Amino acid sequence: MCTVCGCGENNKHSHKHAHDHDYSQGVAGVHVAGLTQTRLVSIEQDILAKNNGYADANRGYFSRHGILTLNLVSSPGAGKTTLLTKTIQALNGAFPMSVIEGDQQTANDAERIRATGVKAVQINTGKGCHLDAHMIGHAMDDLKLKDKSLLFIENVGNLVCPAAFDLGEAHKVVILSTPEGEDKPLKYPDMFHAADLMILNKIDLLPYLDFDVQACINHARRVNPAIKVLQLSASTGHGMDHWLHWIKASRELSLIGRQITAAA
Amino acid sequence: MHEISLCESIIETVCKEATLERFCRVKSIRLEIGRLSCVNPEAMFFAFNAVAKDTIADGAVLFIDAIPAKAWCKHCDADVEIMQRYDACPHCEYYPLEIKQGDAMRIKDMEVE
Repeated sequence: MCTVCGCGENNKHSHKHAHDHDYSQGVAGVHVAGLTQTRLVSIEQDILAKNNGYADANRGYFSRHGILTLNLVSSPGAGKTTLLTKTIQALNGAFPMSVIEGDQQTANDAERIRATGVKAVQINTGKGCHLDAHMIGHAMDDLKLKDKSLLFIENVGNLVCPAAFDLGEAHKVVILSTPEGEDKPLKYPDMFHAADLMILNKIDLLPYLDFDVQACINHARRVNPAIKVLQLSASTGHGMDHWLHWIKASRELSLIGRQITAAA
Repeated sequence: MHEISLCESIIETVCKEATLERFCRVKSIRLEIGRLSCVNPEAMFFAFNAVAKDTIADGAVLFIDAIPAKAWCKHCDADVEIMQRYDACPHCEYYPLEIKQGDAMRIKDMEVE
């Protein structure tokens, strides 16, 4: 394959024009390095390479300090903040915890978290529809994370964009509330594909809804055969014990075989 | 909407390359976008024009090569083309399939002067 114009066996585009490979036909008439010439620069780089670089740095930090980071994603109103506040209360200081809150506007959610006594940083993305790994790096500086702690990231309520942005977390946890309908995993497959755990929230409302739990789980597994599913109601507390066990077990797993470097 | 962030990332890469490769104008940029990636090409074209404004890529033409999504069906032991992440095998209707290609979002190359 020609590395200059990309034509050849792997070429997916066609040239309507004929062209040759003469590099001396620029405005200068001769090829002199540094002078204006039209040329092709090969990049071959992931568009998200920069974000992924920051995410790797975050992940390295979490690993060195034994920090379990969970990235909570859902559509707006699925109950992320209620789940978080109830989780923090239920864990009752079993280990150090902190929260990064992402929203387009307001510090309301961070205030709800701080009311539980846990340290929280609010990131307002303005017009942005997701958190990126660079924002998380700055928030980590503010939080001064403790070794062997638990960090929750509550992403911007959006089932589309946060799927693509690795923040360096151990797991994406997608929260789907029953009033949203059982076909969400098929409508937003990228998010359910990216998540390791799906929490089916607001199951206390099932008697009032036409929501087929098994169909929802089947849809999620169709997009992501390995996804784990928990059913709970954050507001009534039903099923919360399974979620707390999952967190504790994930934390234990993340610590196995790790040599924790004490924070400077 | 995240197409704006992706375009900002592309422009940053372009500006970094401009210093390394010593060029001052970008005429075109070619991307490879997988069928299963979370990118809508129409939104990408729209966002690119807005984000490239007043940069060295202002006015550059964006080309998007669509990369088809391919998966392996363990029932047929065959590679098949799919349109959605949750598609069943077109031959035997088995699912889930093992996805092999279609997630990529890459900057392939660019024409500069």
